[in-house]
Amino acid sequence: MKIAVCIKQVPGGTNVQVDPVTGVLLRDGVDSKINPYDLYALESAFQIKKQIDSEIGVLSMGPPQAKAVIRESFSMGVDTGVLLSDRKFAGADVLATSYALAQGLKAMGDIDLIICGKQTTDGDTAQVGPEMAEYLSIPHISNVSKILEVTSENLTVEADMGETIEIQTIGYPCLITVEKGIYTPRLPSYKNKLDTATRGIKVLTFDDLDDKDEKKYGLNGSPTQVERIFNPPKNPDKEMFLGDEAAIELFGKLKIRKII
Amino acid sequence: MAQLVINHDKINHKKMMELIELCPFNAIEEKDGLTYINSGCKMCKLCVKNGNGAIEFVEEENITSVNKKLWNGITVYIDHFHGVINPVSLELIGKAKELAEVISHPVQAILIGSGVEKIAEELQHYGVDEIHVYDYKELEHFKVQNYTEVFADYINKIKPSSILVGATTLGRSLAPRVAARFRTGLTADCTILKIKPNTDLVQIRPAFGGNIMAQIVTERHRPQMCTVRAKIFDAPERTKEKRGKVTNHEVDVKKLNSKIQVLDIVKKDAEVSIADADVIVAIGRGIKKEEDIAMVQEFADLVGGKVACTRPLIECGWMNNKLQVGLSGRTVKPRLLFAFGIHGAVQFTAGMNGSETIIAVNIDEQASIFDSAHYGIIGDLYKVIPKLTEEIKKDRKINF
Repeated sequence: MKIAVCIKQVPGGTNVQVDPVTGVLLRDGVDSKINPYDLYALESAFQIKKQIDSEIGVLSMGPPQAKAVIRESFSMGVDTGVLLSDRKFAGADVLATSYALAQGLKAMGDIDLIICGKQTTDGDTAQVGPEMAEYLSIPHISNVSKILEVTSENLTVEADMGETIEIQTIGYPCLITVEKGIYTPRLPSYKNKLDTATRGIKVLTFDDLDDKDEKKYGLNGSPTQVERIFNPPKNPDKEMFLGDEAAIELFGKLKIRKII
Repeated sequence: MAQLVINHDKINHKKMMELIELCPFNAIEEKDGLTYINSGCKMCKLCVKNGNGAIEFVEEENITSVNKKLWNGITVYIDHFHGVINPVSLELIGKAKELAEVISHPVQAILIGSGVEKIAEELQHYGVDEIHVYDYKELEHFKVQNYTEVFADYINKIKPSSILVGATTLGRSLAPRVAARFRTGLTADCTILKIKPNTDLVQIRPAFGGNIMAQIVTERHRPQMCTVRAKIFDAPERTKEKRGKVTNHEVDVKKLNSKIQVLDIVKKDAEVSIADADVIVAIGRGIKKEEDIAMVQEFADLVGGKVACTRPLIECGWMNNKLQVGLSGRTVKPRLLFAFGIHGAVQFTAGMNGSETIIAVNIDEQASIFDSAHYGIIGDLYKVIPKLTEEIKKDRKINF
């Protein structure tokens, strides 16, 4: 069986702010990491591979630096890696990202099962998985919290629907997005890291994709536009306390106002 | 085509280094001595604004855009389970009415399911102008492809200008498929919605995982779609009299052919829900050890509150992920919320800004949580919590 896991490189820290004077985005640190939710998707693939002989490939999109997360996935046990990278993908919103990724998945050959993390920590939309499934015209189940049975024909899973748990069977080819906590993700192994140090990462560019309509990628393929970015409004009338007596003063105030 | 154009003649090496440094997404790079923009670009256009002409944004000359006049109405997707409307759908009806009034559009509801007449009737008490119903036994269970087919049928027939979907598990699975089908924009987890006179929906949400709000529009496409979490907007009052036209739609059942089988649906165990708590005591990275949560729990018991937390405490496995407040957790609107040792990323504050009274304790006076707070203490939570606990005990004459 062929399994593809979609992974993304995200900023290591989340502390981004806008400089109120220049409007420039300020970052603390530039380190980046594999999207934490993707670790659960990778682990799900490894667990399935234990039950059914499978080849696990990862797909990522981003600048050349994003190869780092693919390499990290190799040291966890992933077999092959593909990076979608082209200036023509720049400025893509969720929809254009999903389309490029769906095209990338097509270029990877016949895949039986696509696994995605629930969402990313930098976008938090949880939309890319379902949108790719639509573009590939395959069924999907979101928020899979347990994989109950794996056969060569289908998967039986528990999906967390908020108030209920639904037990569903879905046939291949299909896509699932997995909940955090479905399995405990493994750590990269040093041995795997050494063994895979020279393994190639295939880079796909625009020219390698089946659909070469530039209007569907990057900025031009993005229906949403960011009109402006700004700091959230501040709350001007607040009362601040400091010093050793702060807690006592605050309690007094809360009691008078009948808040406590 | 709209694109960023790099004026290489205006860029020397120093300028290139400045541009590389300027880009928050590491999307500007050097190749063979020239400056390029790579696929990491998020089109924030900071390089255009602050690059002194080195990089320009050039718009396409004949932009293809839909005829907005053909798209009419603000539609709310009605999420329901076991005959009960999900409160978020009613909250969205409330917002849709506000938005629709500005542009004199009708408010529509789309109701998909099996045996849903009662729900349609109930909706008539909330001031929806048109209720569009797809009632088929094939739609009893949520199978995403079948629901997408039906939703697509609705959009093709009715052509709504905007569609609001509750960010429930179901909504977050269905809305992206519908958006992809129509190649239109879908903005997730909006916290503010406004509308322009030309019917463009102004969607504001926290972005880039951090302390920034982004204002997003879908200028050239219809329908414009967004999801909104529970407890962001207010539901309208239920009226005594009924109004609104109910229309039953027909769809080709052969298209409802999803192969997914639903074997069983199990109600989850009743769990501590922070969403309904009256008082919440939230903790964040200021907590140093798992054992220290006991101190917070004691305080929470005294004020009749539930303990909740930010994402880092979930990530280190100290708290159950049902207890997370924020965009990737729950949105809460308690009467009183304490934020102990929480810095206050938008990711978190967007999930609690609606709280009636917010009390923040943080050692860093610059912490952005103080921008949301009504009362703040600049201090160490390890001193403040015991002190507050002591004060409450003294006040209530508790001697242990």
